[in-house]
Amino acid sequence: MAITARQLTRRFGEKTAVDHIDLDIPAGRIYGFLGPNGSGKSTTLRMLCGMLLPSDGHAEVFGLSVVKDAEAIRRRLGYMPQKFSLWEDLTTDENLRFIADLYGLEGDVDARIAQARNTYNLEKLRAQRAGTMSGGQKQRLALAAATLHSPELLLLDEPTSAVDPQSRRDFWERLFMLAEAGATILVSTHYMDEAERCHGLAILAEGRVVSEGSPRDLMNGVGADVFEVEGADGSEAPRLLRALPWIHGVTQLGVRLRVLVDRSENAPADQLRAVLKQHGIDAKIEPTHASLEDVFVVATRREKNGD
Amino acid sequence: MATSRFIASLRRLRAVAMKEVRQLSRDRVTFGMIVGVPLMQITLFGYAINYDVRNLATVVQDQAQSSMSREFVAQLRATQVIHVAWQTDSASEVDRLMREGRASMAVVIPADFERRLQSETRPVVQILVDGSQPSLAGVANGVAMLPTISRHGMGPYAGGKRMAPRRIEIRTLYNPEKRTAVQIVPALIGVILSMTMVLFTSGAIVRERERGNLELLIATPLGRLELMVGKLLPYVGIGLIQVTLILVVGKLLFAVPTVGHFFDLYCAALLFIAASLGLGLFVSTLAQTQFQAFQLAFVTMLPSILLSGFMFPFEGMPEAAQWLAQILPLTHFNVIVRGIMLRGADLPEVWPQALKLVVFLAVMLTVAVARFKKRLD
Repeated sequence: MAITARQLTRRFGEKTAVDHIDLDIPAGRIYGFLGPNGSGKSTTLRMLCGMLLPSDGHAEVFGLSVVKDAEAIRRRLGYMPQKFSLWEDLTTDENLRFIADLYGLEGDVDARIAQARNTYNLEKLRAQRAGTMSGGQKQRLALAAATLHSPELLLLDEPTSAVDPQSRRDFWERLFMLAEAGATILVSTHYMDEAERCHGLAILAEGRVVSEGSPRDLMNGVGADVFEVEGADGSEAPRLLRALPWIHGVTQLGVRLRVLVDRSENAPADQLRAVLKQHGIDAKIEPTHASLEDVFVVATRREKNGD
Repeated sequence: MATSRFIASLRRLRAVAMKEVRQLSRDRVTFGMIVGVPLMQITLFGYAINYDVRNLATVVQDQAQSSMSREFVAQLRATQVIHVAWQTDSASEVDRLMREGRASMAVVIPADFERRLQSETRPVVQILVDGSQPSLAGVANGVAMLPTISRHGMGPYAGGKRMAPRRIEIRTLYNPEKRTAVQIVPALIGVILSMTMVLFTSGAIVRERERGNLELLIATPLGRLELMVGKLLPYVGIGLIQVTLILVVGKLLFAVPTVGHFFDLYCAALLFIAASLGLGLFVSTLAQTQFQAFQLAFVTMLPSILLSGFMFPFEGMPEAAQWLAQILPLTHFNVIVRGIMLRGADLPEVWPQALKLVVFLAVMLTVAVARFKKRLD
């Protein structure tokens, strides 16, 4: 295991940002934290790199305590904060050179920087100051800096939030290359499509891990049947359905409604049809596969209801 | 192993210092301030602050019109403190000129001037001063003390033998011409350094926090001492540049001498720069934003300027203020720098003040290092 956490907790005054979470993150994998803003993703990442002290519980990275051995962990870790944190008044080369000095890179440092420029497509930006770069360019530079010392563990805090779709795809290609080369990557996101690409995933809500597993297992074990309801748009169907206790969620997708029905219900499709008919709505109801978003909706709803 | 770790540490420290210099050279505002603040201050203070008042517009109402009274006015003129702009016989004219603020001072010589000179008790001359101008009252006192008028100085008149008054000789040591610039410029070294050093360093460190750079730095192997020293080091150089600038401009514009050794002066300046940087570092641990840092820097600066003896004589302050002034490094640095520049003192002669600076530096660094955590919380 690259990372283990037991009952890891962090409070800020009255507020509990991270609430007794357990983690077991294997080495060489891309592991995702999926959750909305304020769910404790950043706070957990910061505790793992020794930047914040846990209020309770403990965590180990490579078997080293994040409290006592923070300095030793830092040498083997690359961290990319949510906000661009390199120096905007320095150029690509100057930023990378500074980071290389901080990590005490040995040997041909110029060659390593050149290689990083090549990998992250920064050749044309060599002499450009970071402050004048686009979101995607900044992100490539930040990733180049975070990986310059070939860390065994990479912590990425919402790395793609300020980046266009094509840059996001390229970014993930690079993450897979890094993972293939043996790095463990822990990435937080609130994008479902990104979460789906992770090997393993923890869904966080209000500081707790509400669901954990591979995206496929999570989708299979969602605990709800998913139906698409067609022909009920513009009606009061969403409001009606949401009021029912055995319905986890209703999402409008264009003309269709995506309805999550609790697994404990028998013949859920018939029940749905009956409810709608009662209100004079004649809709076409078809079962479909659960998506990660469905998993997220069910997991966070369960958390809110406290069961 | 130990040496290689030391070398790695030096490399990180150097990297931080180089980065800081590079950023500074690109930050035109800060860079301009490094040179601009001293130049502005020295010309401003050097020319504007003038304790030696000369050529005060004065109206003279000579009711006596005797040779003795004319002689008296001539002597007043000779001091150059007053400039007799108006002569009048009317009291209302005196009143008007004073009220309109055109005359700062009025000298009224009564008709029985000569008889009053004989008397031990009656005032000889009346001097009216515009009290709304703060520094003038002191000047009037000075004029009143002139041997010509003061009762003890009346001897020559009383005897009527000689018109030349028996002068009470006032010798001013070290600044014989009593030029304000000579007093101001040395003190300005400390004032400017405490302004810029505290402001720059606290700003530079808090800026990294504000822009999120610190979050990245914390995650690297960079030690907090390496970070602090690396960030402060360039400002030591900047401080020395500023000292040089002030000395050169002080010499060129105001002919301020440096009697003592430059080596002693720079050693003292280095010590004071270190103390100011320590204060800046401490301020940076209190402030979350650059704005807060600047406000705090000003909070530390004002008492320094007001209480250190730069603006007002130290002796005239209430005891509590004097006590507070003892805490301020500028108070002690002013003593040192005036000693070296104007009296030609050596460093060993000002060691008590130097020691106080060292103590201040040690306390600031200890507190700042203790407060400067390599964590976000």
